[in-house]
Amino acid sequence: MIELNPFVIFIAAIFTNNMILSNFLGMCSFIAVSKEIPTALGLGQAVTVVLGFTSIINYFIYQKILEPLGLEYLRFIVFIVSIAAFVQLLEMVLEKYLPNLYYSLGIFLPLITVNCAILGVSLFMIIRNYNFMQTVGFSIGSGLGWTLAITALAGIRQKIKNAPVPEGLKGPGITLIITGIMALAFVGFSGIVQIQ
Amino acid sequence: MNTILMTTLSITAISALFALLLTIADRTIGNYGEVSLTINDDKQFTIEGGNSLLSSLIDEKIFIPSACGGKGTCGYCKVQVDEGGGPVLQTELTFLDEEDLKNNIRLSCQCKVKQDMKIHIPEELFNVKEFEANIESITDLTPIIKQVRIKLSKGEEISFKAGQYMQLKAPLYEGNNEEVYRAYSIASSPMEKDSIELVIGYVPEGIATTYVHQHLQVGDKVTINGPYGDFYYQDNDREMILVAVGTGVAPILSILKWMKSNDIKRKAKFYFGAKTEGDLFFLDYFKELEDTLYDFEFIPCISRVKEGDEWRGFSGRVNNAIEEFIEDGKNKEAYLCGNEPMINSVIKVLTEKGMPEELIYYDKF
Repeated sequence: MIELNPFVIFIAAIFTNNMILSNFLGMCSFIAVSKEIPTALGLGQAVTVVLGFTSIINYFIYQKILEPLGLEYLRFIVFIVSIAAFVQLLEMVLEKYLPNLYYSLGIFLPLITVNCAILGVSLFMIIRNYNFMQTVGFSIGSGLGWTLAITALAGIRQKIKNAPVPEGLKGPGITLIITGIMALAFVGFSGIVQIQ
Repeated sequence: MNTILMTTLSITAISALFALLLTIADRTIGNYGEVSLTINDDKQFTIEGGNSLLSSLIDEKIFIPSACGGKGTCGYCKVQVDEGGGPVLQTELTFLDEEDLKNNIRLSCQCKVKQDMKIHIPEELFNVKEFEANIESITDLTPIIKQVRIKLSKGEEISFKAGQYMQLKAPLYEGNNEEVYRAYSIASSPMEKDSIELVIGYVPEGIATTYVHQHLQVGDKVTINGPYGDFYYQDNDREMILVAVGTGVAPILSILKWMKSNDIKRKAKFYFGAKTEGDLFFLDYFKELEDTLYDFEFIPCISRVKEGDEWRGFSGRVNNAIEEFIEDGKNKEAYLCGNEPMINSVIKVLTEKGMPEELIYYDKF
């Protein structure tokens, strides 16, 4: 396997291998919290922060604990627990030391615990055998890519607020169609880089 | 065998490690120490910081009305927070209008106590208590309305004003996985201090009404708290117009019982509305009151009179009855309890008759 530059992975995670638009991970909050740009942006930031930290934590847990002990098959359950614990911890720290940030991100943090994009990144880094720097590039890139996708969707949804959407397609229906079209549009980036 | 052991051990160890970390964090980062809570400028409490204002107040035996149990979905637990509440949260904005924001009103279930706080609450909330009580009897008033009599524990007393309401806790039961509080007006007289009566109608899929109608048995223990509400009997000598539909009869009943036992000499007319005759209840009691009260007239109104029925009351809705029987609204006051459309239409008729709006007291549900 060719060693990919972490920066290449970073760019790829934003555009060509976007968590939402090419892997369809993290869809529930993507659809539920994309009505307005500011909230979408808030959630996106929170996802990026949590992604960055949890994938680094999970990287070490996997490399230093699970692999040496031959417990790779436990990664699903361990990763979920570590993500949940980290989000709890982050919530406490923010609430105490950065109240302003807590008040803008606070309500999204519990949502993120169950966001599959977070677990997805931790699992991809294992499957794809990333080293530490690649993991960092991949996780932060994925977070930014997720933010880009949800903010773009929120922008589109604000634009179509007054559009005559057919009755049966209102709400999640039209949102899924928009997501599909966005995914098609993102295929246009596929010439830049490609990771797998 | 080894694999199973190893797996269990590792999972336990890792989870325990995280649990330990979180516990340490909770003790250090999540510890806000003791903070002081000043209520209405004169009462001061020292409480453990870090919890929501609502639960901190409950710990101090101060009950703020709340139907959802602190989940931020009912919007009832509004409290004026003057100092130390921090910025208003996203989760509160749905329930606060501009007026509320200007007056520092917050949802106490969302607002956390993290520093010294100053709040204002209505003085009468200090009178609110929580009671563990027993169901003494359950009577069917109509097929969908029950009268529930609740006896307080020995030695406990409740004092309330005629017209106020209590909150009844609906516990977990089969088909319901959340604890909620629902408000019901007290139908018994304030003179009875060791028990209360509630009139509870069945609402399809209602959490608390399903509990009362299908699960509650005589002898069961229930949790109630109260009294709450600014709808109650006002002491003066204006002529009274009482209007109720359905279970809205409860507070009116309490007011009438209060007038009877205190021998209050006021002119009063009671309009009791329902769809059919079968939906009316306590008719004999109200007829009897016409003889025993000082100057009381009972006017039952039904909106759907079938042809051939022998109906001696008024045919039509309560607002039509008021339109017909009340000449002008001078020197009168009104007590209305029932659903929103009824209240709105009666207020409209009464103001048209010249009754000032501040003399129309109502309880919408």
